[in-house]
Amino acid sequence: MDTIKIVLAGQPNVGKSMLINAMSGSNGLKVGNFSGVTVEKTEVCFEHHCHQFEMVDLPGTYSIRGFSKEEKVAYEYLSNEEYDVIINVLDSTHLQRNLLLTLELLKLNKKMVLALNMADEAKKEGIDIDVKQLEKIIGVPVVLVSANTKEGVDELLDKIHDIADSCYRPKSNITYSDAMEEEILDIQKFLDDRGFKIRDLSSREIATRLLFEDKDLYKELRDEPIMIELQPLVLKALQHLYTHHETKNIKEIKYNEYNAIARGIKMEVIKCNRAGSGKNLTKKIDDVLIHKYFGIPIFLFLMWGLFHLIFTIGDIPVEIISRAFSSFGAWMGSHISNEFLRNVIVDGIIAGVGAVLSFLPNIILLYIGIALLETTGYMSRVAFLLDGFFHKFGLHGKSFIPLVTGFGCSVPAYMAARTLKSEKDRLITLFIIGFMSCGARLPIYMLFTSAFIEDKSIAGNVLFVIYISGALLGLVMAKILRVVVFKGEDEPFVMEMPKYRFPSFKLIWHTVYNNAKGYVKKAGSFILLASILVWVLATYPSQKGIEESYIAKIEQTQNMQEKLDLENELNVKKLENSYLGQIGKATEPFFRPLGFDWKMVVALESGLAAKEIVVSTLSILYNGKGDTLANRLRDSIPPASAMAFIVFVMLYLPCLAASMVFAKEAGGYKYLVYLFIFTTATAWIFSFITYKAVELFV
Amino acid sequence: MKLLELHKGDRALIKKVDTDEALKTRLASFGVVRGSELTVEACSIGKQTMEILVDGTLIGLRGEEAEKIEVEKL
Repeated sequence: MDTIKIVLAGQPNVGKSMLINAMSGSNGLKVGNFSGVTVEKTEVCFEHHCHQFEMVDLPGTYSIRGFSKEEKVAYEYLSNEEYDVIINVLDSTHLQRNLLLTLELLKLNKKMVLALNMADEAKKEGIDIDVKQLEKIIGVPVVLVSANTKEGVDELLDKIHDIADSCYRPKSNITYSDAMEEEILDIQKFLDDRGFKIRDLSSREIATRLLFEDKDLYKELRDEPIMIELQPLVLKALQHLYTHHETKNIKEIKYNEYNAIARGIKMEVIKCNRAGSGKNLTKKIDDVLIHKYFGIPIFLFLMWGLFHLIFTIGDIPVEIISRAFSSFGAWMGSHISNEFLRNVIVDGIIAGVGAVLSFLPNIILLYIGIALLETTGYMSRVAFLLDGFFHKFGLHGKSFIPLVTGFGCSVPAYMAARTLKSEKDRLITLFIIGFMSCGARLPIYMLFTSAFIEDKSIAGNVLFVIYISGALLGLVMAKILRVVVFKGEDEPFVMEMPKYRFPSFKLIWHTVYNNAKGYVKKAGSFILLASILVWVLATYPSQKGIEESYIAKIEQTQNMQEKLDLENELNVKKLENSYLGQIGKATEPFFRPLGFDWKMVVALESGLAAKEIVVSTLSILYNGKGDTLANRLRDSIPPASAMAFIVFVMLYLPCLAASMVFAKEAGGYKYLVYLFIFTTATAWIFSFITYKAVELFV
Repeated sequence: MKLLELHKGDRALIKKVDTDEALKTRLASFGVVRGSELTVEACSIGKQTMEILVDGTLIGLRGEEAEKIEVEKL
């Protein structure tokens, strides 16, 4: 079977990933409505008409020599790798701007197809594109498609087949400005007269490249005798262009020419362009959402509303699920006769995994919130609103995108930071992403707020305050890092504001479903193993001596209350002398000023592997029959320690997986060491302050 | 005059983009070049950021960048 290697190139947010999903009939690639969803090249393979299609999804790039990290990925791939066909994906509703990249791609001299995506939206906005005319001008096949409605997708696949099999080269009919055309013609005529050829370039192409100062071509021409005669010609031509464009910057001349061409093409191929409804709607929404004074309050209100929903609605099923798990545990316990097996399953696995799984409803709500932010187009607006504020803290408005992603999970957040061009902005952002509490920390907060806050109606506010204060502290830390460590120039803020799109149910569903599935999977594998490990460490070494002496004591007493007390004492003694108890006790002194007992210490330490394990560990260590975990915690932890604990969880090192990605993105393990010291010190100090403050005032 | 001096709803013609090379490339790829027409769509408090419409594309930029773009009010 023949393989066709296809690479998708296009400007950011034109729907490349969504188009691949539509073509391959899967939902493997993440999509959203802002620039920079895809930051790494991704490959997808599928079969079509007896051909193996190998699709490479490149990050969007505004121009071929883009400068942010993910744009460089695109450039390097396009110019250095082997591939058969480029699909240049364009947004039909922003044809003119998208054509600028097309003009640059044409220079690569590769087989190419233009896919005008979002054809359905264009139709709705009254934009009618003359495909035949566009094909004639650009010189490559053009297909109208919609990744959303899947119209045109089959046609696009067929076109790729045709073009891959043919031996075709793009032959465009692009006209530059009069001045430029005049000079091209001049040089072209000279080259034709001399019968000069180089590579497979036409003489018109050589002339254009000479005028645009194509470095590679100059290198090749350097040793050619023709250069002597060519030089004065080119010089004269350049002088003409300088006066015509009122600048001596050849790059600027090139941009001006390209923009003029794109504008010209748009005028020629877009037939009817009545004022569309989509654009007006975006304008109207923007009038409210990025209002000078109301914009930020509206944003804060929306966030507050989200956390309230997470608490009030999300908490209803939480109770049910956690009760179901404890009765399931009791039922299992009564059916397993082997004592060891019963203990592992009931006290280890069911207690640990159950505690983590019971927070699934909250996690789902959080992800719905983030998915809405990502797919509607609101995300870029918030970056716009917050840039002024962020800038004061030495951060870039665009940092908002990785930071918000961080509320879901730190791993994609670290990668999303690649959209920041300046290395220093990127590193600062990487360092504070951990302060944005990720989804896995939510269960810990939920557990403690429901345990220590009686009034359900304010629990949502507390949750909101926890998240906001984490974020604010992140900003303060960014400022400190900017002043102390990463001094230097700021990156300019220039960013496309995507059109508002009504979030499609399908898209939200896929994002949330994938994330929820990931959470459950993790609970069923990683958390499950960790729960067993924690249980084993909490149970062994077995202390026969102590146990026997207590059992003897228990048998001697007649008083029921005394019997219970002794049993509890035995359990505590056993835990304290277990491996886990020894670890906890050894490290407890470090945490003693924060008011943590050794069980909390162990829970925190296990959280270095994954934050969910904090909950499962607490559930195993604060073991008790019948009562909910929240109630057990309330009975055994003083409120000041609990608050300090939340603060510590909020600020300390992200999980193992995230830490590894951090090291990779920051550029070395030494940064991970810095991050560990930085977060641990911050967490310790702030939790100490919290502990002392709560002790004083409450 | 400078782009920064414009207000919400103003239309203008771009005369000159006076920034470093990298930013010029980025702006050019959005259509912000000499001769393009723009409309100011929104400003945040104190014009820290501005939203402009150029050839159907909405662009957000910082006041400091807006100060480097010379325009002629229409």
